[in-house]
Amino acid sequence: MASDIGNSDMPLKILLERRAGLYRQIRQFFQSRKVLEVETSIFSPYGNTDPHIASIRADFGDASIPSFQYAHTSPEFAMKHLLCAGSGSIYQLVKVFRKEEKGRYHSPEFTLLEWYRLGLSYKALAREVVELLNFVGIEPKVAECSYRELFREFLSIDPEDCGVVDFRRMAAKHGLRDCGLDDDYDGWLSYLLTHLIEPKLREIPLLIVYDFPPSQAALAKISEKKPHVALRFEVYLYGVELANGYQELTSAAIYRQRFEQENQARRKNKQPIMPIDERLLDSLCNQLPECSGVALGVDRLLMNLLNSRHISEVIL
Amino acid sequence: MATYSTSEFKSGLKIMQDGDPCTIVENEFVKPGKGQAFSRVRIKNLKTGRVVDRTFKSGESVEAADVMDTDMQYLYTDGEFWNFMDPTSYEQVAADEKAVADSIKWLKEQDMCTLTLWNGAPIAVTPPNFVVLQITETDPGVRGDTASGGGKPATLETGAVVRVPLFIENGESIKVDTRSGEYVGRAKEE
Repeated sequence: MASDIGNSDMPLKILLERRAGLYRQIRQFFQSRKVLEVETSIFSPYGNTDPHIASIRADFGDASIPSFQYAHTSPEFAMKHLLCAGSGSIYQLVKVFRKEEKGRYHSPEFTLLEWYRLGLSYKALAREVVELLNFVGIEPKVAECSYRELFREFLSIDPEDCGVVDFRRMAAKHGLRDCGLDDDYDGWLSYLLTHLIEPKLREIPLLIVYDFPPSQAALAKISEKKPHVALRFEVYLYGVELANGYQELTSAAIYRQRFEQENQARRKNKQPIMPIDERLLDSLCNQLPECSGVALGVDRLLMNLLNSRHISEVIL
Repeated sequence: MATYSTSEFKSGLKIMQDGDPCTIVENEFVKPGKGQAFSRVRIKNLKTGRVVDRTFKSGESVEAADVMDTDMQYLYTDGEFWNFMDPTSYEQVAADEKAVADSIKWLKEQDMCTLTLWNGAPIAVTPPNFVVLQITETDPGVRGDTASGGGKPATLETGAVVRVPLFIENGESIKVDTRSGEYVGRAKEE
């Protein structure tokens, strides 16, 4: 029977129509705000250096280009290339690929909605994420807090004043085993966040967490006034991470530095070293215009709209 | 020593934990978009039956447990060991009281059971889902009462005690669900 597709009791037709309807609404939303839809290459000779994201490598069997290329893990680099070239504000709705990510909220291939807004601060962009959610019919009450407040509120621990020793003690107190994170400060924070804080966020309809530790800046700017804060936000919908946004780094030199730091971490973890995106670094010489960008997990949004329990129910 | 990486985790996988063989009951992948990934698993200790939650960092490796389930026929007990036979190879194994545990009360000679073997030695015995056993002791039957919800205790030939409807007579054979320990019905006449 056709309704077996997606392992759900949901009739196929409803699922297809809901996704198509959501895409229509998303396109309408951005059209009314004069944000241009773009399409960029899925494959690139450059991979993602982030040690916590693994790229899928494809064999092109072709001598004229590097035989192996990487499927994008997000369209970020290709879209920033366009921004440097003068595209103005843009969005993309596209499938992305991440190796070894499989679970209730993870799939090795999933759909991202990624957009960049020239001249908008990360906080203004977070508000736009809420407006988009409202536009597609999700209108819950919005709560906001900083990353630091999140840990203080739910674990009574201050990530700025505390270190690995305190995190280890906190984990042990809650019966969590020491799983070999050693002195990985951010690894411990992720452990506490996913195991002890996120389950408590299920009660909160919509939560925006902003201002992350600089060690988790990824490609976000560090605040000039508060150097202990990266200008980054995360949106949680009933405790499920839905979107991640930055006030984007603009300087090529800092991009190169972050990519190299990430490859350094890969070397330490005995992970494959990824070729750094030189095309992006070249185009960044013209400087990325001041902008904020965000990526939103469309399948997780659909799960919420359709009340699905597993991501495989909405990915056909 | 065989090992599994967290990326191979799935329910039913047999791993060693705290020196005991365990089975993965549930495996949940958790990961912040930008950050460390973890496998949060629920594992059941196959020797004690105890279920615990445990988290592994993605990429950690865990020792595999040489555990397999095999169907064997129950032969007899000498009071210390319960003896089973593989019906194809005729190979026999003896399970001790710890391995047989609560299944003792359902074991009837000739019945096929599932034995969990760790490094070839039995650590658990699972009886068939349904067994047919004779009642050795119960109050006299109440004729005509087929609807009353009350019921009465009945002792079976293996020593198990189950609740049966009032109309059931001493000496009758009944079908029991071993998972719930509940009476299912009268055994059909052969």
